[in-house]
Amino acid sequence: MNVEALKDLLYKMADDQLVLGHRNSEWTGFGPLLEEDIAFSSMAQDKVGQSWQLYKILNELGENDPDTVAFMRNADQFHNCQFVELPNGEYDFSLIRHFLFDTAELLRFQFLSESSFEPLALLAKKIKGETKYHSMHANIWVKQLGSATEESVSRLQTSLNEALPYALGIFEESKFEDDLITSGIFKGEAVLKEAWMGEITKILNKSSLSLPDLTSIEPITGGRNGIHSEHLQPMLDEMSEVFKVDPTAEW
Amino acid sequence: MTNSVEEIREWLEEVKDPEIPVLSLNDLGVITGIQIQDSGKVVVDMTPTFTGCPAMDVMKQDVVDVLTKNGIEDQEVRVTFETQWNSNLISDKGRKALADFGLAPPPKHNMVVDIDIIERASCPHCGSDNTEMNTPFGPTLCRSIHHCNNCGETFEQFKPV
Repeated sequence: MNVEALKDLLYKMADDQLVLGHRNSEWTGFGPLLEEDIAFSSMAQDKVGQSWQLYKILNELGENDPDTVAFMRNADQFHNCQFVELPNGEYDFSLIRHFLFDTAELLRFQFLSESSFEPLALLAKKIKGETKYHSMHANIWVKQLGSATEESVSRLQTSLNEALPYALGIFEESKFEDDLITSGIFKGEAVLKEAWMGEITKILNKSSLSLPDLTSIEPITGGRNGIHSEHLQPMLDEMSEVFKVDPTAEW
Repeated sequence: MTNSVEEIREWLEEVKDPEIPVLSLNDLGVITGIQIQDSGKVVVDMTPTFTGCPAMDVMKQDVVDVLTKNGIEDQEVRVTFETQWNSNLISDKGRKALADFGLAPPPKHNMVVDIDIIERASCPHCGSDNTEMNTPFGPTLCRSIHHCNNCGETFEQFKPV
């Protein structure tokens, strides 16, 4: 087993969960209706909890403890895709991101529940059950608002078009892709992307939204290698502000 | 003195879910293993209901305290995902305790949790099945919010997972 390949995979997934979890938590108190406020807050808690468990596996592989890893790194040490770090924008953008990302997330953990690396397979079996709720939530709203009023449809369509280049960046391949596939740890980003396209097409077909031709869109990549937008560092600064006051404090 | 697994399980009856104080960890199904090694060391395995459950550390400490109180010094309490918790693991006694507490127990399922399963809830106040789901996300990770069309009450359900 190639430990470096495994760590690379774990870091990018843990960072995705942490960063999107934090973004989701920014909806707390600001949701367009109470149920959505609670939904995004709840999904935030799930995703941050999942990131913690992934960082714990990394810790067992010799990396620093989860709190240090989460709070003490700078943006260029994060491996999340740029998609998750983008500001929430208006609800339509957050909803579309939630739909596009969580569809991929659910498929990813479904695949990983069969991983040859047992600690990850066991955790993935747990996470996929939780993520199912997230994905169902997104699908219901995309179908409803994606075929409701002229304004809701046009807002979601605009957000969808803006989000897609970033969404394709979820599947940025790592230099360890072949290692992960041949060792049975993960089926690989290409397989995941294929499955994701099938799923999002299926849901969008039940709405008035249209999916642009994905082959003509240039993915926005770099996140997996520490290259980020100007939005990540300020978010990390805010997220770690309290922790950094006294990193040795017992909570 | 040697203790039996059954005896240790009995001690753990007093450890309750801090967010649902009527439900013991045994009945919740989060105690996934009790093992007494040849050396006498007691190993208790636990698994969280939800990955991000903030009550896990408290529950783990409560288990440690109960073992210590009963004179078990050589002990280890592990949080593992070797057995993944699912809501079918809640015992019949636990399901009744939930309903008495005003929290609808999760519908049993065949491990395929879809929208039909999630929406199904019996009102813990009047027992009616004529209910609808308001939102699958509630005040804690493990609860959804429903409304009863029969008695008009809004209630929470322990989510099926």
